[in-house]
Amino acid sequence: MTPIFFLLFAAVAVFSALMVVLQRNPVASALYLVLSFCSLAGLYVLLHAPFLAAVQVIVYAGAIMVLFLFVIMLLNLRKDVEAGVHRTARQLFGWLLGLVLAAQLYLLLRAPWGLGPQGQEPAEAVQAVGNTQAIGLRLYTDYLLPFEVTSIVLLVAIVGAVVLSLRQGKHEGIEEAP
Amino acid sequence: MSWVLGDSVPMTAYITLSAVLFLLGVVGVLVRRNAIIIFMSIELMLNAANLALVTFASFLNQTAGQVFVFFVMAVAAAEVAVGLAIIVNVFRARQTVYVDEVNLLKG
Amino acid sequence: MQIPGLSPDLNWFVWAVIKVVALMTAVLLPVPFVVWAERKVAGHIQFRPGPNRVGPFGLIQPFADVVKLLFKEETLPEKADRVVYFLAPMLALIPAITVMSVVPVGPSFYATDVNVGLLVFLAMSSLGVYAVTLAGWSGNNKYGLIGGLRASAQMISYELSMGLSVIGVVLLAGSLSLVTIVEAQSGTLFGFLPRWYVFYQPVGFAAFVLTMLAETNRVPFDLPEADSELVAGYHVEYSSMKFAAFFMGEYMNMLAISAVCTTLFLGGWHGPWLPPAWGGPLWFFTKVAVLMVCFLWVRWTFPRLRYDQLMNLGWKVLLPLTLANAMVTALGVALREGWFR
Repeated sequence: MTPIFFLLFAAVAVFSALMVVLQRNPVASALYLVLSFCSLAGLYVLLHAPFLAAVQVIVYAGAIMVLFLFVIMLLNLRKDVEAGVHRTARQLFGWLLGLVLAAQLYLLLRAPWGLGPQGQEPAEAVQAVGNTQAIGLRLYTDYLLPFEVTSIVLLVAIVGAVVLSLRQGKHEGIEEAP
Repeated sequence: MSWVLGDSVPMTAYITLSAVLFLLGVVGVLVRRNAIIIFMSIELMLNAANLALVTFASFLNQTAGQVFVFFVMAVAAAEVAVGLAIIVNVFRARQTVYVDEVNLLKG
Repeated sequence: MQIPGLSPDLNWFVWAVIKVVALMTAVLLPVPFVVWAERKVAGHIQFRPGPNRVGPFGLIQPFADVVKLLFKEETLPEKADRVVYFLAPMLALIPAITVMSVVPVGPSFYATDVNVGLLVFLAMSSLGVYAVTLAGWSGNNKYGLIGGLRASAQMISYELSMGLSVIGVVLLAGSLSLVTIVEAQSGTLFGFLPRWYVFYQPVGFAAFVLTMLAETNRVPFDLPEADSELVAGYHVEYSSMKFAAFFMGEYMNMLAISAVCTTLFLGGWHGPWLPPAWGGPLWFFTKVAVLMVCFLWVRWTFPRLRYDQLMNLGWKVLLPLTLANAMVTALGVALREGWFR
């Protein structure tokens, strides 16, 4: 059963990622990206990480993409106009570089490479205690410093976003979102 | 592709998928003009990296990879908030979201 | 339960489909009754009889409403984004049905016991924001857009408090799985008081009830679809069956979120005097019905909150309150587990 689900989720993820890049309408791109994130969440479940799957949907698909949609609606963006200087050369160059990168990745993956040393948390033991608990144990013991630093990063982002959206000029006041 | 009829998916399949998604993200950044779509392609690249991290965490029997994904998600959220605020400000100043029209410093 | 003649994989799949269909029915079937009950309750609170002409006690009224909506003209605004216009009503229905797949209705009456069941509920309420946002945007109507943006801003603000208000429950039960949370609420305190988390976590329950009202856009938090103020808010450009989809979606959301509230705080399917096998689902639906009546009661009792009052409540009151609740509960659990000995 697992390979069928993997193929399903992988196909949807790749198709929607392709549509994100190719669609002219930004709202459509955003919705395809949401679809891509949800199929990635499905893949995380197949990889025995249900907690991360749920967090992926909550954070990425449920918060970050909503923010993207808000900004697209705020700026009232309609269909993209593909114009500008050197348009054909730019796009050709882009796809060509993509091709080069694809070739590099192919060679990388074909070369013989092996896994590093195995960890001590086999899937059955983790499933017995629960994925959330396993992550929590690691997060609050070995990785406590990055956790605290991440909280400061988020605080800085909040303050930065608020400061950036203050309207400079005639009146000092915080511009409220509608 | 003989694993399709089998029981489990080999690691190479997941890593290839991650590479393809990363590739699409890179192409998106290079080809598109709209700053918001470029930003979305960056998020795609971050997710491809997340997929690779979770794959290795699963196949190496450890949870450190998943913890790292947690941090990547938090930092991505912070980055999106600030980045979109910047894009909104650029739109207010230059009335455009196309990156090639923001060229006052050019030449 | 193995169906003879099927391989284990196929058997699992068939039973999964059956359970999913059963739970979908459980959330779709009560909707006409809720519509009827809303109008009856509204009527009696306002000292009038409510619908009483169409069928006995007006029970056929919802079906008459559906027939009326079916015969209305299906509109498509001129510059509307066609795909998104058709997508938004569908998105309004999906989260409510998906949540029911992790809610235990009886002692073995659940579709699946994911060990992050509560997070599935939070994920679905995050996805519910899209229906409202896209509906407001796709109508190409400034009132719709304002209503849609307000509704989604309100929903994401209260999602935070909702997640934090259930942390206390998770700490007490020790698991994110809804099945485990219900099982942890079995038994009684002092012989008569059931061990429901509403008694252990009153602040959490109060906060969750407020966020329930805000997440489903019900009064007193229904400014985004304010009937008397913003025309119809985010679904102003919808008519006929697509409007019916939003209408149904709102009631289904209410049902699903009440179901989650009963599993988290009101003991799920636990109840006295009846054998759990069939008494479990009966008690569960009784509790859900009580919560639904409270939803309807509140609608016609309280005035609507102004938008800035609403956001103020969400960010400046509920968020610190639920954080403090989480900290106090964590302290209590640490003391109970003997960390400070």
